[in-house]
Amino acid sequence: MSTSTEPETRTQAPAHAGAGDAKAARPLKALTVAMFKGFVRDRMTLFWAIAFPLMFLVLFGGIFTNQGDAEAADVIVVGTVSAIDDAPAEARKSIDQAISITREDDLDAALEKVRDGDATAVVTEDDGEVTVHYSAADAVAGAQIQGVMQAIVQQANTAVYQQTTGQPPAFTFAASQVEDDSLEAIQYVTPSLLGWAVAMSATFGAAANLVMWRKSGLLRRLRLAPVSTSSVVLARVGVSLVIAMVQAVIFVGLGVGAFGLQLSGWWPLMVPLLLAGTLAFLSIGMLAGAVSKTEEGAVGLANFIVLPMAFLSGSFFPLDGAPAWLRVVSNCLPLKHLNQGMLDVMVREQGPSAIVLPIVILLAFAAVFAAVSAKLFRWEA
Amino acid sequence: MGVRIEVDHLTMRYGAVTAVEDISFTVEPGEFFGLLGPNGAGKTTTLETIEGLREPTEGRVAIDGRDPARREPDLQRRIGVQLQSSAFFERLTAVEQLQTFGSIYGVPTSRLDELLEQVGLTEKATAQVEDLSGGQKQRLSIACALVHDPEVVFLDEPTAALDPQARRNLWDVLRGINESGRTVVLTTHYMEEAEELCDRVAIVDHGQLLQLDTPATLIRRLDAATRIGLAVEAISIDEARALPGVQTVAVGSAGLVIETRDAATVLGELGRREALEGLSVSKGTLEDVFLDLTGREYRA
Repeated sequence: MSTSTEPETRTQAPAHAGAGDAKAARPLKALTVAMFKGFVRDRMTLFWAIAFPLMFLVLFGGIFTNQGDAEAADVIVVGTVSAIDDAPAEARKSIDQAISITREDDLDAALEKVRDGDATAVVTEDDGEVTVHYSAADAVAGAQIQGVMQAIVQQANTAVYQQTTGQPPAFTFAASQVEDDSLEAIQYVTPSLLGWAVAMSATFGAAANLVMWRKSGLLRRLRLAPVSTSSVVLARVGVSLVIAMVQAVIFVGLGVGAFGLQLSGWWPLMVPLLLAGTLAFLSIGMLAGAVSKTEEGAVGLANFIVLPMAFLSGSFFPLDGAPAWLRVVSNCLPLKHLNQGMLDVMVREQGPSAIVLPIVILLAFAAVFAAVSAKLFRWEA
Repeated sequence: MGVRIEVDHLTMRYGAVTAVEDISFTVEPGEFFGLLGPNGAGKTTTLETIEGLREPTEGRVAIDGRDPARREPDLQRRIGVQLQSSAFFERLTAVEQLQTFGSIYGVPTSRLDELLEQVGLTEKATAQVEDLSGGQKQRLSIACALVHDPEVVFLDEPTAALDPQARRNLWDVLRGINESGRTVVLTTHYMEEAEELCDRVAIVDHGQLLQLDTPATLIRRLDAATRIGLAVEAISIDEARALPGVQTVAVGSAGLVIETRDAATVLGELGRREALEGLSVSKGTLEDVFLDLTGREYRA
């Protein structure tokens, strides 16, 4: 740290009239630098703030990237099923992509395999009626195979109709994803995991910092030094904002570089969003730090707040399928709005209007929690 | 240079507990003042009230006529404090701690090497606080208290947990601070420390001020017996008891101990009998005054 020496500082008469902005900036800078060094030199905090969330990005990025070519379901065909067996070559090809067919003569043995989970379903046909036998143990696979078989039967019906009447079918069906075809899991995972990472490090940083300084007696020591409480808080805010930006750079860099993340044109709007999010979670961390006696307690409390919130805010997986009441709960959580805004501007091509509401909500959380933690703040252990 | 400290009928109560009860004293500019007492006597509470960490329940505390509890920056710049716990920025090196505190007090940080040398930490300048020993931390916290060249320095048990060498070196540092004209107030429960350093000593127990005077006066006023130690072979117990002026005679592992208030006569008699083998003579110390005033039962 370089210190510019101003000779007049020493001889200056001790009158607070002379305390201008330039003088106030110095303790703030010194505290910020000290705090930042403390953060960077502590391998544990570095791990939790940077490496740990990154691990999730790599994990989720890896797991979901290949989700597109999911394995075809195992289907056992017993006897003749003309919808499959008589399908024209082109139709047969798409059937083989959707399901992997094996044949069995004994229906009971085949059903046993489904029960044991060795096969997804057994398909039989009796006088034009196609029956799908599936297991309730895997409801999702069961529903999927029903859908697939329905489509196959439909296709066969259409083919027969066309052959007999010579007319094309009246209705056809096509599916199209609203995002462009490249939208893969990484598009969802990067913004929402980054939201979680920023929330976690802001909360933990503030909570642990406050408790550590109170326990060591540094807060009391600073209380007797000519430094204002707001300087101490501002220093923490500065450090947390820098950490959030570093996290953003690493996440986006890794997402784009290694996992094919495609950013929308409005992605720089994530910066004001992350700043507001950092403030909100910093205040939550301050509250955790204000009510905790030990660092372990503070970190535990921060975990207790942030981890469930991450699940409920869709940081790890989308909540679109969640029950309505859960989505209501989710909407009361600051992280949900941070994630929402991050997704909107980073991958959903939404412009500045998309971050207004999230930022307002995040700043409101910041204000409320800051006020409460200021009330509960203690200088001494 | 050097400020005057007034403590006027100070009482500190926490709920039903009275930590300090009606204590009054004045510390003159440039004085080396000691607050002495067993653990829990109320000396730290008194010191912290003077520093401005606590507000008096009753009474008044003033530094240079001003109320420290208002924590005015220009008064705080004239005060150096070393608190009981080691209050440092985590993971910063010794020299970085000093730089940070220096910047907080708005002083140029050019004399840091000198300061580190003064407390014997030159070799540890680039070591992080977590890697310093208890004594080194203690010395660093004193250096942190001095970084802005304060006029008055408050030290809370500055030599606790130090080995004898470190303690004596620190005494030199503290004496140096005081000789440069600064007022020094310290708490301690080491009697020889107070005897060695302090101009005046306030003995505090159960929140009350028991005695306040120079160490020499306190010892003289105690009128303690002189202890004369001898080798067991030097003289028999009965013979010793028969000597004029002897009050008690006891035999311990170290030999024979004679207590007397007329040491000259007893020593003369012993000399005539050539019974001076293993002779040692000790007069009362501040510790005797302390134990006499505060009793011997264990404290918190």
